[in-house]
Amino acid sequence: MTQVDWSPVWISLATSGTATLFTLVAGLAAAAWRARRTGPAMAVVDGIFLLPLVLPPTVVGFFLLLLFGRNGPLGRILLHFGATIVFSWPATVIAAAVVAFPLMYLTARAALEQVDPQFLQAARTLGASEWRVFREVALPLAWPGVLAGTILSFARALGEFGATLMLAGNTPGRTATIPIAIYFAVEADDIRTAMIWCLIDVVISLALLAGLYYWTNVQSPGRARWARR
Amino acid sequence: MPLQVQIAKSLAEFSLDVSFASESGPLSILGSSGAGKSMLLRCIAGLDRPDHGQIVLNGRTLLDTEKGIQVPARERRVGMLFQHYALFPHRTLGENIAFGIRHLAPEEQARRVAELLGRTHITGLEHRYPREVSGGEQQRAALARALAIEPEALLLDEPLSALDTHLRSQMEAQLQETFAAFPRPALLVTHNIEEAYRLGEQLLVLSGGRVAAFGEKEAILRYPPTVEVARLTGCKNFSRVRPVSENTVEALDWNCTLRVSRAVEATAAHVGIRANHIEFAEFGSAGGVAEENVFPCWLARSSETPFRMTLYLSLQGPPGFGEHFLQAEVSKEKWRLFGEKPLPWHVRLAPDSLFLMPS
Repeated sequence: MTQVDWSPVWISLATSGTATLFTLVAGLAAAAWRARRTGPAMAVVDGIFLLPLVLPPTVVGFFLLLLFGRNGPLGRILLHFGATIVFSWPATVIAAAVVAFPLMYLTARAALEQVDPQFLQAARTLGASEWRVFREVALPLAWPGVLAGTILSFARALGEFGATLMLAGNTPGRTATIPIAIYFAVEADDIRTAMIWCLIDVVISLALLAGLYYWTNVQSPGRARWARR
Repeated sequence: MPLQVQIAKSLAEFSLDVSFASESGPLSILGSSGAGKSMLLRCIAGLDRPDHGQIVLNGRTLLDTEKGIQVPARERRVGMLFQHYALFPHRTLGENIAFGIRHLAPEEQARRVAELLGRTHITGLEHRYPREVSGGEQQRAALARALAIEPEALLLDEPLSALDTHLRSQMEAQLQETFAAFPRPALLVTHNIEEAYRLGEQLLVLSGGRVAAFGEKEAILRYPPTVEVARLTGCKNFSRVRPVSENTVEALDWNCTLRVSRAVEATAAHVGIRANHIEFAEFGSAGGVAEENVFPCWLARSSETPFRMTLYLSLQGPPGFGEHFLQAEVSKEKWRLFGEKPLPWHVRLAPDSLFLMPS
């Protein structure tokens, strides 16, 4: 029996956590920007924002590889500063963030659109700037939905495999997340290690679902009241 | 004039085309639903943009589409009371009231919040959340919040419609108190003529997006300029007329000739009388049966409210099929005096109570 290498757990948690943070900010900004606009151009915008959700992760990974590779537009700029993204830890974050972004964007937008516009208008007549209207009125009222989106994004980032493998590869101790460790364990016929990772994934996922349930049902009395009526 | 409004806006159902100049003090805006009342307030508050027009408040131009001026809502200093209060549910009443004065020093904020809580009679509720207080208390907090920014004008959108009868009269007293201490324009939108009359000094009747009447409330109720205004202000009885002489008309739908107190103009096409102005010759203040504008009437049916009776009367003959009925309102006390008497009774349509309107 060999010593189990726990690094995939930490890599997975660090990757998902960092990716979720980026996704939260970007998804919220995109949702806030989009929620106050209408028109045919928005269909195109939605299409672009939601593409990572409908495309197979390998395709997303392939595009990211083109973008961040040595000859890609972003890759060249980064190389200029002496940084290489492909097959490094940041690559796992980028892959996870891009794949999780649509979930954050969709839930945050739905939550923001649910906010009664009268609250926002009342805030405006009281002299609040648009930033204050968003931060002090819209965001707190949409918070349960935004939080649910955050948890979903974290879960999606945690399960990310295809795009991560394309962009970050499998470097044990650096880019090998739990899903990648499972894949390579099975490939190496190490069923016991694969089983341990799978069980750990189940535990983390159940904890996330419990958090989701808690935040959307217990912490938001407004919604609970709706349900009771 | 402290408030000058002249705006036009096309909407899906109708177009709003309103212009008026109002004094300081409460102005009631009366209209049926969909007449454009709320849209008018929203345009003044800066929440909706008219297609073209001009709004000037206390000498400050808030909107002038020709000059390209459009002051955003947050800079208009117009206090708006929303129909469903729109109190922020995640903030306490005190935080709600302080929302618009957060740029002030904390002690000044606290002082003003305390003063407003007192003025709206909700002292002690500042730490409660909106869902923890009654509808009337929410309404008061919303009023305090609008007053906190020391607005240049106060706009109230159906402030009493969401309250039950008891709370409504309390809130009415609150609003009267507030208006008395507010020396600036206050616009109150309602579809209820009694509310409009009790709370406003001036009255603006809006119909289909246009001003149907604007002026002193007594004058509008006494001599409504059109049938529409008469109807919106609660008049139930109308008849087509044909001018007969300088001060008599033939009421075609009521089968009678009426004497009126004002000179009959050639354009007169309808006559109206309010249900509570119909007198009964045998009883009450009216004189004998021989007096002018007294006609025999027969009771077709009646409907009872807690304190009043509404009587549907046919003039000149017993009720037949498809006739025009005159609707009269009498107190229960009076009704007890003559309700049992044999028909016909005699109604008196006092010349002073009749008003003529063009078609």
